[in-house]
Amino acid sequence: MPANPFNNQTEYGIGIGLRVPHFRHILEKKPVVDWFEIISENFMVDAGRPLEVLDRILEQYRVVQHGVSMYFGSADKPDREHLKRLKTLVRRTKTPWLSDHLCWGSVDGRYTHDLLPMPYTLSVARHTAEKIRHVRDFVEVPICVENVSSYAEFHQSEMTEWEFLSEVVEKADCGILLDVNNIYVSSKNHDFDPFDYLDHIPHHRVGQIHIAGHTKFEKYLLDTHDHPVLDPVWKLYAHAIKLCGHTATLLEWDDRIPSFDEVHHEALKATKFLGRQTGRAAVPAKEPAAA
Amino acid sequence: MAEALFRPLSARDGLRKEWSDGRSTASVAAEFVKPNSRLTSVERLEIYARSYWFRVLDCLCEDYPGVRAILGERRFMKLATEFLARFPSASFTLRNLGSRLPAFIAEEPAFSGPHVALAADMARFEWAQVVAFDGPALPVLTREDVIAAGPALRVTLQPYLTVAEYAYPVDQFALALKKTALRGEASNALAAMPSSRRKPRPRLPRPARSFVAVHRQDNMLYFKRLEPEAFAILTGLGAGRTLAAACAAALRQADPGVDWAARVRQWFQTWQGLGWFARRGASGRSRRERA
Repeated sequence: MPANPFNNQTEYGIGIGLRVPHFRHILEKKPVVDWFEIISENFMVDAGRPLEVLDRILEQYRVVQHGVSMYFGSADKPDREHLKRLKTLVRRTKTPWLSDHLCWGSVDGRYTHDLLPMPYTLSVARHTAEKIRHVRDFVEVPICVENVSSYAEFHQSEMTEWEFLSEVVEKADCGILLDVNNIYVSSKNHDFDPFDYLDHIPHHRVGQIHIAGHTKFEKYLLDTHDHPVLDPVWKLYAHAIKLCGHTATLLEWDDRIPSFDEVHHEALKATKFLGRQTGRAAVPAKEPAAA
Repeated sequence: MAEALFRPLSARDGLRKEWSDGRSTASVAAEFVKPNSRLTSVERLEIYARSYWFRVLDCLCEDYPGVRAILGERRFMKLATEFLARFPSASFTLRNLGSRLPAFIAEEPAFSGPHVALAADMARFEWAQVVAFDGPALPVLTREDVIAAGPALRVTLQPYLTVAEYAYPVDQFALALKKTALRGEASNALAAMPSSRRKPRPRLPRPARSFVAVHRQDNMLYFKRLEPEAFAILTGLGAGRTLAAACAAALRQADPGVDWAARVRQWFQTWQGLGWFARRGASGRSRRERA
């Protein structure tokens, strides 16, 4: 039984990101992994080695797609070529859901290839939700939007980030990819309590969780995905699981990538939190009676 | 915010002090970015500007290691910065970021100093590798197709194949760079950021006309030297000429003492075996270049 209405994939446990340095190990050793998350854009190509590797992975594993350039918050309409390629890949992978970020990153057809924060206003939330619906209708799979880590806030904002996230997903009627590391990074950069964030989002919409490591600089934290998950993030993760129920969880490790076994071992640390939840026969996050 | 990102960084890798309209960047940033207790508005904006430039410059470094070796670190960065300032990414994928760099090098010789011709050649050669890595492949021409058509055969070259003439032996130079000029994975793979380590500058090649095909076989990249007549035949076939017409044009001034019929047969068998030919009329665009 699903833990919540937007997490109907509860048999998905702990996954790891499919990354280039691990290709050979995975294809040769065929390690037991519940599922892999791929960066969609790396496989939205016509042919060649990326698709060959992907097809071999798909023969053995379940794959979930995660995008980095749909830019739901950009004013531009979704690029038609981008959508078509994305849909082609969705058909290839049979991903049960699709995620991308709650951010902007392109303007007037120019791309920053970054996940830029948005001003948290009602009009921006409306625009973003409309774009999410448009993409979902085109690709025909459920969409989860991920909260990004951020280093800047705008005077223009009218609400907190978690209020904005809630507003967007309610209006778009979509899921949330809850990145607890991003919440922690942003909480330190913007001086808010990360548990407030977790407590005030619609838990029944959380379809997937990201965990990752970050780097501490003198004046701010940077989301670097090049470390093991730090203790405060595990605490947030434990709290998130309590609130959301058993949720598909993925460890991101994108830079200074260690061996496959080390990454997998780090990811499996999440088991004890998911296990606790399962052991309690799960108290699913309920959709509010009057949403 | 986008304007701040797309402007090249200062010599100290920070935002420039002066905005495009003459105001101070600090005052412009303060208008829309909130400061916090540790960072000013402009410092927060600067985190994003640095991230943008480091990412796109790294991408060009990875796609053009040969050009980088020819020009040296400082001159290459100047070229890449100017190129990106004029031609920011216009695609959702970083794969296409450097597509115009070969033309830019030729059009703006001042950035390549005394090495314009060599740098332009190497840029074309390296872009051909991007194309060969994940460019589309069309159904391969079969032996039966060839027999049925006879001398009236028309073919389409595979879109991932580039045959080009160079003023320098770029393929040999690439090998001299210990094959680091050949990429192994997708340029937009987030896990594959290039190293910023400085390498000793190699001895630059002297001019020597060469004809090279860049292609893939079993999804591995290869380049293959071509004889001038072979290049001319491939070019003719790529332009839509029949096999007979392409051979006639290519061999018009060839050495009459050579058994060209046998040689062309051998070439054709090799090319056919490599899968370079697709059926005429299959969708896609063959790539043919001339220096």
